[in-house]
Amino acid sequence: MDVIRSKPGVFPGIVEAPSQQDLKIEQRRARDFLKGDLAGQELEEYVESRLLTTTLSKAGAWAASNALFPATFGLACCAIEMMSIVASRVDIARFGFEAFRASPRQADIMILSGRVSIKMAPVVRRVYDQMLEPKWAIAMGACSSSMGVFNNYAIVPADKFMPVDIHVPGCPPRPEALAHGILKLRKMIQDDPDLGWRARYDAEKTAELMPGYELSEELTTPPSEPYVLDEPVAATPTEGEGA
Amino acid sequence: MATTERSAYRQMEDSITMDARLERFGTVDGGEHELLTVNLGPHHPATHGVLRLLVTLQGEVVIDLRPIIGYVHTGIEKTAEQKSYWKAIPVVERMDYLAYMFNATAYCGAVESLLDLEVPKRGQYLRVIHMELNRIMSHLVWLGTSALDLGAMSMFWFCFRERERILDLFEQSTGQRMHTRYIQVGGVMEDIPRGFEEKLREFIAIMPKRVGQYRDMLYKNEIALQRLKGICPLDEESLLALGVTGPLLRAAGNPWDLRKADPYCSYEDFDFKIPVGTEGDNWDRLAVRLAEMEQSVRIIEQALDGLPEGPHITEDRKIALPPRHELGTSMEALIHHFKLVTEGFRVPPGEHYYPIESPRGELGCFVRADGSSKPARVHMRDPSFVNLQATAPMTRGTYIADLIATLAMLDPVLGGIDR
Ligand code: SF4
Repeated sequence: MDVIRSKPGVFPGIVEAPSQQDLKIEQRRARDFLKGDLAGQELEEYVESRLLTTTLSKAGAWAASNALFPATFGLACCAIEMMSIVASRVDIARFGFEAFRASPRQADIMILSGRVSIKMAPVVRRVYDQMLEPKWAIAMGACSSSMGVFNNYAIVPADKFMPVDIHVPGCPPRPEALAHGILKLRKMIQDDPDLGWRARYDAEKTAELMPGYELSEELTTPPSEPYVLDEPVAATPTEGEGA
Repeated sequence: MATTERSAYRQMEDSITMDARLERFGTVDGGEHELLTVNLGPHHPATHGVLRLLVTLQGEVVIDLRPIIGYVHTGIEKTAEQKSYWKAIPVVERMDYLAYMFNATAYCGAVESLLDLEVPKRGQYLRVIHMELNRIMSHLVWLGTSALDLGAMSMFWFCFRERERILDLFEQSTGQRMHTRYIQVGGVMEDIPRGFEEKLREFIAIMPKRVGQYRDMLYKNEIALQRLKGICPLDEESLLALGVTGPLLRAAGNPWDLRKADPYCSYEDFDFKIPVGTEGDNWDRLAVRLAEMEQSVRIIEQALDGLPEGPHITEDRKIALPPRHELGTSMEALIHHFKLVTEGFRVPPGEHYYPIESPRGELGCFVRADGSSKPARVHMRDPSFVNLQATAPMTRGTYIADLIATLAMLDPVLGGIDR
């Protein structure tokens, strides 16, 4: 009889192992899926190595996405509306989001609630850098996404100095809109916890890890299809070119 | 290059120290006790925004402190110069973000004075209703967050419950919860819709009871009493010397309120009292604001009862947009509409300062006009900015925990300070 074992000692006892029947079905599906790419023993090994890891990371993402700890970080008008998502009407505690943490070290999501001035931007960046992995950021309001109604010398959009996962439009966004943004982020985390911003921003080296831990391969290898933020600007012809 | 160049401004920033000011404390206890300078903020949950404080401590006692501001500088005053008069209202509104109706009224009042424009009575009454609602809302946010600083969580839920009611009212009459742009040059944007009055009456019936409930929660609370009673008082003279206005000054016993002292928007029509304190300590600051909420409810009630009929905005078509139905029938209305929307109205040269009583004190708007359709200068005298100066004299010689409580009772709004 065909017995499938996960690799010994990889994730002992964290996820309840699927029943034999389920595994067989999954295996068959995967085999159909990969037909042509891999064959024989290779295919067996591939399927074997994938099955449990996906289940585990999925479980992890599900847990993480339902217990986000936002950093207490109010900037301007939007912060007042951000406070009201905790209050009784919207009650974001329903989604496990209410544990605001004063220290960035304990938080895993940052809500940029309001306008970021040029003087504040380094501070915001520093707070963001102090947060531990994995971390996400929501830019709340028109100001932190696009400089809003002001659009002048003093304001800088958040995308210019830190990676942002969700933009919530509005001036200020209603609390319901922010809650919607949070739910979207939850969905994103469940689908793909990494969101790949390190690769996008060419920032693989910036991950902060506990001593003795290594970066996972996923983070250190650049994606096969590089994510292009902007179309490369055509080099402007310099004066000396013709000579 | 090893080091990055720092701008002159950054260097100035970094060079801020307490040394010069601390020299006179240098020999405290014959130099036995070391002074410790602590940085508080700009990211600190108890600073009510992005205020940064350099606090010098001796043990736990505050020796001196210095606020550093500018972390939400938005360039609002400059931006207002680049917009025509009516387009500047939204940016001006976003200064003190808990008093948007007040910002807009101060600005519009200054422009109206320059234009020598009379606001119809109904427009004035509607302004009063919305401003007083806004005052209650601002005090509610202050009460909730300040109580949070003192460690009382449930106060926050109660205050925000009532705040939502007020924001619902705003949404009904103006279409937005915050930054409503309801106050217009010449009056208000729109008349109140059907159903607004009933909802407002419901609210003013319930609000005094709620204030009573807040009192019950705080006045018999041992922790609140100990944290606030007799803490960080400042006498009337020092407050006046610093230019402090609003509830802080009234808590020290001076009944200065521009609504009575220099009535605007028909405040002289209403019968209300000005709550004052006796000691000028944190407790009085709390009590004065709680009583102010009740007085605001009284004003709203009177304004609603006596709401006059008539237009809500000036009939002068050169200033205010013509109503929609006129556009289909009148060529003139169409021309006025086009002129207003494209260029805006012109204001004769001159300058005017228009002070009103915001939830935090005297909020004045100075506008200088040069005859064009854009203001030459817009400046706000923001009460938070002036009141913040009183932090150091209030807290010198107290414990650092009291500093946090005092800062909460000062109620600074950083958007207004930095602008
Ligand atoms: S988006 Fe609007 S409400 Fe939010 S901070 Fe900017 S101006 Fe204020």
